[in-house]
Amino acid sequence: MLTIRQRLSYLFGSTKGLILVAVAMIGLETALFGMLSGPMAELGVRDWIVRSLGMQLLPAEREGRIIILYHTIAMGVIAIETYIITALLKMKTFLRTAVRTLITVGYLVAMISGMGFAYWGHNWALHGLYIAGLTLIFFAGVLLCIALWPWDRAYFVTTKAYAHTRNGVDLERVAFFTTALTTVISALFGAVPGAYFGNGFRVFLAENIIRLPEKTGFQYAVIGHLHIMLALIAIMLTLIIGRWLDFKGILHKIAMPLFILGTLVLNLGVWGVVTPLEPIAHMIIYVGATPAMLGALMLVIYGWDELIREGSQGFVKPNAIQKLRALLHDPLRFGPLWQMVFMNFTVSGVGIFVAVRLDEIFRQWPAREERLILTGHWHVLSGIIATIILLYYGDMIGLKGLVRRLYGWGVIVFSDLAFAAVTVYELKRLVVSESAQQSLVNTVLLLTDIGLGTVLVILALILVWRLLDLFRRQGRWAEEAQQSDPALEVKA
Amino acid sequence: MRHVQFSSICEMIPRLTWGLFCLLGLLGLSACRSSVAEASVLSVDTSIDPEAWVVIPAGPFLAGQFNDQVTLTHSYTIMVTDVTVEQYTRFLNQALADGFVKIEADQLVGFYPGDPFHGAKHEEAISPKNYPFVPLNDPASPFTFDGKIFAPRSGLSNHPMTNVSWFGAWGYCRYYGYRLPTGLEWEKAARGIDGRPYPWGWDLTKANANFYASGDPFEDMRTYGSGTTPVGFYNGETYAGFATLDSPSPYGLYDMAGNVWQWVSDITPGMHYRFMRGGSKDSYPPDLRVWVTNNATPSYYGPGTGFRCVREP
Repeated sequence: MLTIRQRLSYLFGSTKGLILVAVAMIGLETALFGMLSGPMAELGVRDWIVRSLGMQLLPAEREGRIIILYHTIAMGVIAIETYIITALLKMKTFLRTAVRTLITVGYLVAMISGMGFAYWGHNWALHGLYIAGLTLIFFAGVLLCIALWPWDRAYFVTTKAYAHTRNGVDLERVAFFTTALTTVISALFGAVPGAYFGNGFRVFLAENIIRLPEKTGFQYAVIGHLHIMLALIAIMLTLIIGRWLDFKGILHKIAMPLFILGTLVLNLGVWGVVTPLEPIAHMIIYVGATPAMLGALMLVIYGWDELIREGSQGFVKPNAIQKLRALLHDPLRFGPLWQMVFMNFTVSGVGIFVAVRLDEIFRQWPAREERLILTGHWHVLSGIIATIILLYYGDMIGLKGLVRRLYGWGVIVFSDLAFAAVTVYELKRLVVSESAQQSLVNTVLLLTDIGLGTVLVILALILVWRLLDLFRRQGRWAEEAQQSDPALEVKA
Repeated sequence: MRHVQFSSICEMIPRLTWGLFCLLGLLGLSACRSSVAEASVLSVDTSIDPEAWVVIPAGPFLAGQFNDQVTLTHSYTIMVTDVTVEQYTRFLNQALADGFVKIEADQLVGFYPGDPFHGAKHEEAISPKNYPFVPLNDPASPFTFDGKIFAPRSGLSNHPMTNVSWFGAWGYCRYYGYRLPTGLEWEKAARGIDGRPYPWGWDLTKANANFYASGDPFEDMRTYGSGTTPVGFYNGETYAGFATLDSPSPYGLYDMAGNVWQWVSDITPGMHYRFMRGGSKDSYPPDLRVWVTNNATPSYYGPGTGFRCVREP
């Protein structure tokens, strides 16, 4: 009994344990429900899964199922980010415990009961629990904002290497606070129309209504909500990576105001879609996105410069190849920053290209082709966010030597292979006609499957290793459970 | 030493990644080859008559994804199958001869009287002028043209006409005194009155319809991909070892899900796009649900888009 209690205490009481549970839950959910579409459906695996598990999948309820699926996965990711934030940043112990407790119960209840409701018949008790889970996560977000309050003197900066105001207010903490606060408000921005559409179960996927010339305020709110939530998850993760890499110096001082300004303007633009500002909302969003992305660029420059400096310390005057080797030496620290750069080719670049040439090119295609770009590019963004978390997690759990390199490069190379292939798939009509596309489609889908499949196998190996470790009396889990300083918990 | 070698390999990985991306680009270029039009097509007589029409009575039915109660106050007659290549090439020959259509550059065009323009965001004006009906030199087209006569490609005469724009579909119907169905007319004809998601009932199998990777004898996913099936192919018969289920709609229409998207007549104010229904040979199963719509500019044509007509009873 004591043994089980010790394990549970590790899994639900320590930062690394909580992250392990969340990664495992998301991994299991992705693996199971990923088999209901794509190549698994074509191979007949979907039918077997549906029959074996007794799922009840009515055709008219597909959109509702997918919306719950996306939300439950997103809640797991938000929980992971929250665990890391509450470990990395100073805050009152009570608030840290409260936030973690609420969000853990919240995402687990939302995930289990939400998926139960969506895929195994409409049991209304499960639906109620799903909503209750989401509500707990919302309150965790409110408490997190309170915990992050940056104008408390206890959190003022003590070293001038970090961005701060003249009074000493930590601007990085302001950036975290701003992102958390706008995330909570943007959650409400989705919850209100969600309650309206969900109440009558007249759900829709945003990508299916993009060409309608007239949209209701609630429809705009749903479209805005899904865009801003993913953007905020990405911005928060960028801030987390910055803290992990001890981002500081002049670039930090430039980047933090950019993040704060960018996040605020980005949110104002998105919220503006339900106001008379709607005609210029996109312009405001671009204005907000630019400084936020510039902030991320500062982090990349800082992080890579640090890697090069550390890795080439043995050389008096390192040449370009030595610098490149130093940069690529540690995939787990190089990777998250590289993924941010890579995102520009597969997400931001595609988005800007589509926006600029929308009427000339993309709106000349059938809506289903345009929808591929929309769904493809945000799936890629979600995937990139997941890989950055996995790379950080690999460092956090202390992967070393060969395993560290294999894990790191495996995640980077195979995920990027998949994301690049998906990008080609989305934009294939630029280079190939409908009637001649099959060879290209086969190739890119194969590369996508190889890429995603390998990343999932790598993740599965890590999870199995950690699962087996839990059966050892003095495994890594016991060591990790001993760590008492939250900030050290999320470091190797 | 081993560690050093491994480091070198690891450092090569990003370069290898870029190499793979370049390879992707090359594959894209090399993919611009084999198409369904170049493949030899199995000839199948389904015994479903493309000249047949059926009356859809006036009255209520359950429409859309959420089964809204809708009443159509008029009855109408609709074609049992999509317009076939045989029927459309016959039209082209007649219409070209009497001046209803004419050749302009590499396409066949016809006059369309235009739509009201509202100046909405992304809206393009559809003014009165000639618009493309079908392209003349597209290898994906299911017909041939020798400069004088249009004829179906070998084996495709009883396949649905494809590579036809909305204008081309509208023109065909108008030429014979018919019209394109509205979305609601199309949907009632497809699902009847009981709210079913598919024309034949409540579940979709590979034996019901032609969709992406559905395994019919007209598809080869390794080369040209998915091809159209002859109209009425899913009639319960077995062709080339492929057993179909008889899958008509409650009113006896065939191919109301899969095979080709079907143009409908709806014009939404502020929107120049035209809608299509039913999903196609290239669609994943969710797009075969009867309420799903697709849309495109009216001059768009593709190898997965066709139509059928309605007329007054």
